[in-house]
Amino acid sequence: MALVLTEEQRLLQDTAKNFLESNAPVGALRKLRDDHDPLGYSPDLWRQMAEMGWASIILPEAYGGLDFGFLGLGVVLEESGRTLAASPLFASGVLGASTIILGGSEEQKQTLLPAIAGGELTLALALEESNHHRPTHINTTATVQGDEVVLNGSKCFVLDGHSADQLIVVARTSGAERDSEGLTLVLVDRTADGVTCQRTILMDSRNAADIQFANVTVPAGNIIGQIDQGWAVLEPVLDRGRVAIAAEMMGIALEAFDRTSEYLKEREQFGAVIGTFQALQHRSAHIQSEIELCRSVLLQALSTVDDAPSELPLLASLAKTRLNELVKLVTNEAVQMHGGIGVTDELDIGFFLKRARVTMQILGDSGYHKDRYATLCGY
Amino acid sequence: MEDLEQFRLETREWLEANCPESQRQPMQREEQYWGGRRGKFPSEDAKVWFERMRDKGWTAPEWPTQYGGGGLTPQQGRILKEEMKRINARTPVYGIGIWMLGPAVLEYGNEEQKQKHIRAIVNGETRWAQGYSEPGAGSDLASLQCKAEDKGDHFLVNGSKIWTTAADKCDWIFCLVRTDPDVKKQEGISFLLIDMDDPGVSTSPIPLISGESEFCQTFFDNVKVPKENLVGELNKGWSVAKALLVHERKLMAELGSDSPRPILVPNAAARLYLEFEDGKIADPRLRSDLVDYDMRMQAVALTHFRTFEEKAAGIRSAAALVMKYVGTEAEKTKSELLLAIMGSRGLGWEGDAFTDQEIDTARLWAMSKAMTIAGGSSEIQLNLIAKNVLELPQS
Repeated sequence: MALVLTEEQRLLQDTAKNFLESNAPVGALRKLRDDHDPLGYSPDLWRQMAEMGWASIILPEAYGGLDFGFLGLGVVLEESGRTLAASPLFASGVLGASTIILGGSEEQKQTLLPAIAGGELTLALALEESNHHRPTHINTTATVQGDEVVLNGSKCFVLDGHSADQLIVVARTSGAERDSEGLTLVLVDRTADGVTCQRTILMDSRNAADIQFANVTVPAGNIIGQIDQGWAVLEPVLDRGRVAIAAEMMGIALEAFDRTSEYLKEREQFGAVIGTFQALQHRSAHIQSEIELCRSVLLQALSTVDDAPSELPLLASLAKTRLNELVKLVTNEAVQMHGGIGVTDELDIGFFLKRARVTMQILGDSGYHKDRYATLCGY
Repeated sequence: MEDLEQFRLETREWLEANCPESQRQPMQREEQYWGGRRGKFPSEDAKVWFERMRDKGWTAPEWPTQYGGGGLTPQQGRILKEEMKRINARTPVYGIGIWMLGPAVLEYGNEEQKQKHIRAIVNGETRWAQGYSEPGAGSDLASLQCKAEDKGDHFLVNGSKIWTTAADKCDWIFCLVRTDPDVKKQEGISFLLIDMDDPGVSTSPIPLISGESEFCQTFFDNVKVPKENLVGELNKGWSVAKALLVHERKLMAELGSDSPRPILVPNAAARLYLEFEDGKIADPRLRSDLVDYDMRMQAVALTHFRTFEEKAAGIRSAAALVMKYVGTEAEKTKSELLLAIMGSRGLGWEGDAFTDQEIDTARLWAMSKAMTIAGGSSEIQLNLIAKNVLELPQS
């Protein structure tokens, strides 16, 4: 377990910071939004990210990966949170890749992972079916017919769903709606017959989609892991995703807070720099304290993925909850402390506010994770 | 590394051979030994244990041997702590002489003062009180008015100090005194050691909302203090005081972890005092409050570890600077949560209708209110974070 970064991890962080500041500043996201860009991210940027190895960080060396661990991935995601960089890194590089790493057959790993690492193939996880994260409430069905699988149902809030090459669909092969037993993961081409994909425009100007499956037929070889046993793969994938998104959220909070602190040092009212006002100083100092607590939680959660997987459920729920609360606090205060300019579209701070709200819903809000944490603690 | 392993083995062996069995048991508050002229050992074993540790210099393990300390390196000191903890060895002597004054005298005192006071602290001969706050100088400590006038061969001290812990049992008190009233308030303060037996020194206890307390107010009425008792330079006491405050805040952040009696924690209290349905706490609001608290405490504990790791790695971090604020606020939250969980069973104040633990919990709840005030209130901590971490402009 490590609560401080190694020299190599810090170097990676510096590299990521420099690259993203030059190549994917908040202005780039603003442009994607204003241009109504159909893809929602820059393929050129994604290619460069992949060339730098960012899509390979958590992949095993045997499949073209760097095997550099989640702490390494965390620093890159944190920096991408600082600039709100739009890319398939989370949806494909974390959720997609982790599903294949944890559940894929040797053949699936051989074909899919090197392509993911190279950025040539993108995946998306088609999981949610309602307006709240309920990963076992699955009604989408998968029916095995001979050596084929037929999928029916609909999914929502599929991150990068409209742009991914392939979808990992969480479907029910047996059991009742809320059972964790009876789930099966199936790989489906996004452009396959019967797949209807509608891009949804969310407040964060990033990418998500609603997707329908009508008698979509794929080979049984597209099943990832065991039939009915998808939960054993899905749960650790979701926990990895929760910790990874928490890292992005840390970047969002830090950047929004840094920008606000700078503003407090230059904005003058009543003949004084507003940063001298104790009302603002105390709220800022409280935020700093919360950031320090979240920093420790995040580092522990990231290293738990690699070092102590059995403790991951507790740490993932802890990290997601704490970071949910942090980004909410920080982005609200960031807008408030900026005053009037804070609610204009001209200032970037609104982009942080809106991305924060989307990340808070990704893979579980605080209510979901507090309930899970309490249950894991036996109360 | 090998040397450290060797040291660990030797220490373990020595402790096994020298720490009496009775000194490896959990201790009541009354069993703590605080040294000084009025100090009493609770038992013969406690005396033996103290004397053995004293003779090794291990009552202050990391202080230099020429003043009676153990001369251990910080790494060795940590090993000693770990090995003592391993067998639950009791702390042989408590005191703010060891925690606070000693380090300050070692850093700022002259040779004579070190010879006189450090050895006496190591040997448990003197018990010290701290004289910082005054009735009119709390958070604004630098505005203190207790004055020491230069009378040639001595200072004449007049004024009073408040929150002087156990002053009625102490032999000496270290005080911040005003030696120059005409300069900027921080620049006219000196650090003075005063013998509590000197004529003109008196104390009076202060009962708190939690009941009887060790806190006193200490009065100085024309007390003559020899010039040699000035630590550091005249009018430079503020820097000594600031160095000491760091030690105090570290102690405050860690308080609660070294409690004489097992204290009820909210998670355990929930199982004793709350209804469960299907394995869950039936009251959704209390369940939610408990999970908030548990998550916060896990975050605080992890941050605590992180400050150690960062210190070991030589990283200057902001985490240590927020610990007093988050640690004491969390203690307050915990006490409120315990009361909420226990309902009317958490209200017992004395008598046989309640268990000792229930009464302790209620008293600690009241005491927790002091934690965010003593040693620099939460508001002062936030000021410091704003200034030193965020570097916000000061008015």
